[in-house]
Amino acid sequence: MSGMQLEKNKNTNFDSTAVKLSTKDLKATYGKVQALKGITMDFPEKRVTAIMGPSGCGKSTLIRCLNRIHELTPKAKVEGEVILDGVNIYSPKVDPVAIRRRIGMVFQKANPFPTMSIYDNVVAGLKLNGVRDKKKLDELAEKSLRMSFLWEEVKGDLKKPGTALSGGQQQRLCIARALAVEPEVILMDEPCSALDPLATAKVEESIVQLKKEFTVIIVTHNLQQAARVSDFTAFMYLGKLEEFGETASVFENPKNELTEKYITGKFG
Amino acid sequence: MIAVILAVIPLLLILGDVFLRGAPAISVGFLTHLQKPPNVSGGGIANAIVGTFTMVGIASLISVPIGVLAGIFFSEWSTTKVSTISSFMNDVLTGFPSIVLGLFVFVIIVLPTRQFSAFAGGVALSFVMLPIIARTTGESLKLVPNTLREASMALGIPRWKTIFRIVIGTGKNGLLTGILLAVARATGETAPILLTASTSIYFAKSIFQPTASMTVLIYNYATSPYSSWQTQAWGAALVLILIMLGLNLVVKLTVGRNLSGKLEL
Repeated sequence: MSGMQLEKNKNTNFDSTAVKLSTKDLKATYGKVQALKGITMDFPEKRVTAIMGPSGCGKSTLIRCLNRIHELTPKAKVEGEVILDGVNIYSPKVDPVAIRRRIGMVFQKANPFPTMSIYDNVVAGLKLNGVRDKKKLDELAEKSLRMSFLWEEVKGDLKKPGTALSGGQQQRLCIARALAVEPEVILMDEPCSALDPLATAKVEESIVQLKKEFTVIIVTHNLQQAARVSDFTAFMYLGKLEEFGETASVFENPKNELTEKYITGKFG
Repeated sequence: MIAVILAVIPLLLILGDVFLRGAPAISVGFLTHLQKPPNVSGGGIANAIVGTFTMVGIASLISVPIGVLAGIFFSEWSTTKVSTISSFMNDVLTGFPSIVLGLFVFVIIVLPTRQFSAFAGGVALSFVMLPIIARTTGESLKLVPNTLREASMALGIPRWKTIFRIVIGTGKNGLLTGILLAVARATGETAPILLTASTSIYFAKSIFQPTASMTVLIYNYATSPYSSWQTQAWGAALVLILIMLGLNLVVKLTVGRNLSGKLEL
């Protein structure tokens, strides 16, 4: 499905790329704490967008709002709009379950289902949504594992429990699991923060490949990672979007003083 | 260390005593024959064994589904007020004297129907089992990490499927253990059955007739003046304890196997 050309928000700094997902004055709260104070931005289709910022800036909350996972937390509330292909996913007519099939997510800590084999983990989203066709399951399992660069390491051990893999492999298993339901957008919430440099490199390799088919949005507080994998970078501070643009220009000549300080390591 | 020994000694003494006194009473006939009058040789407790299983079965049919659903509610909706209040009430019910539960069922079922029955006994036992199952289900599901619920929901799996397939699938060992605990507890209960199923010296023809049970039989025989019945009371006690040990063993083995096995989707 191709993104529609929408009326662009003022924070958009890309012209040739279609908008897949955008937010309009998005506000999120946990009880009385306001984590997002009105975020308006566009995410380009089939590109990697990195969201960075110091801890507590609201970057994780932002992507948890994009697939309506935020509202599952007790006392969490969302205001504003998130628009996927022209439709506000917070409209009362939209089923959040259907939205989550189109917008997949990979979490900070690898969380394979502990009672399932590697294979069952990958196809869990398909099977539990009623796909029974063995051939289709096998095909999608292999395709997803190849895209997350795990296939070569596990193809002989698909029946082994998912939790028997190493930490980095488990995270790539979780990426494969998210890919298998064939979403359009993949959200990643600091996917490498618990991994060693070698495992991180493999996950990054996979992310760069993913943008051929998916719109990828990745939260990271690793500056080098944002620079390596992303096409666009957003910088957030205290629940606000401070800067957003092409990664090269954000890193080379940041327009915002805060961004510059963050990138040069003066705070964060 | 001394505390451990002090705790184990009474258990070993009871087990040893029941075994020594009960073993002479046990034979194939003891397990397969009906009860006989005092001081008549032979005679068994077959009807009491069947009666106990029938009533625990009825109690399980009632309490397992309701208890598991209540436990899911305690765990998955733990932040709601209704859940907090009902969880507290459930804990109160756990500590209820079982004779009061028996009395309650006596009033609501036995009196209106003018009939002691296995059904009434089963209902009384279900009140014993229900809070245990609800509590252990709730506690073991709360141990399932929230990240798994989020992982499942993020795959576009609906909430109810997330709970029944992912959460229960992950916490099922705790669930099974809780159900076994409840079954063991119900098997050993006397007071609720005494007031609801009464007893009988025959096999019950239906679940709506007075029904014998091992515990009530032990109570009646042990308090009788006849030495043959007293010996049989020890025998029945031994059978009861062996059944419970067996139940524990079966679940330990199956739970152990499930740990390494995979979840069937």
